[in-house]
Amino acid sequence: MKQGSMFRKKTVPLLTMISPVTAWLILLIALPLLYMLVISFCGTDDSHNIVFRFTLKNYAKLFDPTILSIYSNSLIIALLTTVICILVAYPFAYIMASTTPFRKTLMMIFLMLPFWTNSVIRLYSWRTLLGVNGYINILLMKIGLIEAPIEMLFTRGAVVLGMVYTLLPFMVLPLLTVIDKLDGGLIEASGDLGAKPAQTFLHVTLPLTAPGIFAGSIMVFIPCLGYFFVSNLMGGGTSQLIGNVISRQFKEAFNWPYGAALAIMLILITLLIVKIYTKTGGSIDDLGVM
Amino acid sequence: MAKAIVEIKNVNKFYGDNHVVKDLNMEIAEGEFLSILGPSGCGKTTTLRMIAGFEQQTQGVITVEGERVENKEPFERNVNTVFQSYALFPHMNVTDNVAYGLKMKKVKKPEISERVENALSMVQLEGFGKRFPAQLSGGQRQRVAIARAIINNPRVLLLDEPLGALDMKLRKQMQIELKNLQKRLGITFVYVTHDQEEALTMSDRIAVMNDGVLEQIGVPADIYEKPATKFVADFIGETNIFEAIEVSADAAGQVALKSEIGEITGTDSEFSEGEIVYLSVRPEKTLLSAAPVSGYALRGTVRENIYIGTVTKTTVILQNGQEIRVANAAGSSVPEAGSALYVYWNPSDAVIIHSKSGKIIDAFENVDLSEYVEGSA
Repeated sequence: MKQGSMFRKKTVPLLTMISPVTAWLILLIALPLLYMLVISFCGTDDSHNIVFRFTLKNYAKLFDPTILSIYSNSLIIALLTTVICILVAYPFAYIMASTTPFRKTLMMIFLMLPFWTNSVIRLYSWRTLLGVNGYINILLMKIGLIEAPIEMLFTRGAVVLGMVYTLLPFMVLPLLTVIDKLDGGLIEASGDLGAKPAQTFLHVTLPLTAPGIFAGSIMVFIPCLGYFFVSNLMGGGTSQLIGNVISRQFKEAFNWPYGAALAIMLILITLLIVKIYTKTGGSIDDLGVM
Repeated sequence: MAKAIVEIKNVNKFYGDNHVVKDLNMEIAEGEFLSILGPSGCGKTTTLRMIAGFEQQTQGVITVEGERVENKEPFERNVNTVFQSYALFPHMNVTDNVAYGLKMKKVKKPEISERVENALSMVQLEGFGKRFPAQLSGGQRQRVAIARAIINNPRVLLLDEPLGALDMKLRKQMQIELKNLQKRLGITFVYVTHDQEEALTMSDRIAVMNDGVLEQIGVPADIYEKPATKFVADFIGETNIFEAIEVSADAAGQVALKSEIGEITGTDSEFSEGEIVYLSVRPEKTLLSAAPVSGYALRGTVRENIYIGTVTKTTVILQNGQEIRVANAAGSSVPEAGSALYVYWNPSDAVIIHSKSGKIIDAFENVDLSEYVEGSA
């Protein structure tokens, strides 16, 4: 067709237009992932070199009881973190959405300001607070509440605290978006129809802001599975996450194929969670990652 | 008047320094259809929201069924609201929306479903129970909002411009339906609107508000025929307003007045010599004559005739530039554009308004001198 040929002449070929992005995606994301996938089916020799021979033994090792318990520990920590984040972030976002624009900006600044500092450094400051010789223990002993310092650091609680601290903004932001959009008329209508404030919250506010809770939970739960540095700093090895095991395979045990298999498994779990999220009506756009 | 169900006594409402409701006194009778009519920003919606409990009056007392309500939250008040934006719960279907109030009051399930069915049939929405608000048209949403409110058997139903978002035809239809519904249920309706025609058609009584002040409250005929203030005369329907000084009165109550361009005549039971008043004459009561009429010194030029079906509207420009609107029934003879005529009326058709505030407002806001000069040239 004549029109078609003119069209083709005047526009930049499709491949040229998208190639920089495509190249970037292929080079930095697709290829490394593919490499991971390939080596996850390989073995190693005695000096930790990868031997390209097909094997499923890395995947078989995933069902080792120790690994399974680490998986379940990771999931428990991620779940706890998510629940605590919801409980802390919801009132915070609610107040933020209903206050004056000035206070809202102020709250946003306080929420985002810590991000200007590396999270590893911020977690170190928690160690000075929580440690056996930390400020909290010193204070509690000074006022006579305890006689000997309590071991607060290097517990699962400390890991969860670190996770909540690091990931809280990712819960607040999607919640803020949905609460901001909430029609105040609906709250008034509910009260008008005889609902007490608690009933209004349960029947109107909560269901209408649920998409924000879902989106925030995804944003918190998934990174939680992989943030090994939090568990390193706050848990000090007492509380193993999948992320810790993976990082150790690459950095200490030099068993890259096994590490790759663990990582692939983590990716599959993540995809599964996202799939559940979208199946239950969640939108990828709400996550703010695409 | 029947027993008052809502009483508003000396109510003032401030938003910061903004005085939005000024010393409001109003009694709403049991079972009546009362419209609060006024332009946007006149305080009518604020008044409604104070009755509902969404706003707290700064001063004064509001009682519902004889009980003071200032310490009652909306959910504790036996009134329900139909919102301008409908405020239907988007995550609930029609049945759940309508049942909401009863569920909150822990009414038993079989009773709820029976009452929901009743309420839906009352607004002619049988079979729509499973639909969600997003799947309904504007008119249907409106009906759901009404059903959701009346199912709770409120003593007073508050309606905040409920038909504002509907198109003309649907609006007219809903006006009749709402009026019938109110008669059938016997519930007191307090209906906020800025549409004077709507208020005149539906109401038992109309309260006209302007700038936070209740200008007049009365039956539609009184509001239209005996406006108490210049604002009411001007806002309700079309009218010709003259600013004049009362000069003399005869035994029959006929009053001679002096306006800017000369003598005019009206009737006034509260004549007071030298008082500055407004005289309002409706276009359909305004007459034209080729010869001078005794008692009226209003000479003018016909600018145009506009045929609008039931009537022909004639615009006459007086010598001082004031624009006079005259409505002639269709079929009657219409004066030719450009012809010079005398304007008059029957003294009993003119309403004299005593300007309570004592402040003289510009009565000639419609003057367009340039057009007058062109027309006479």
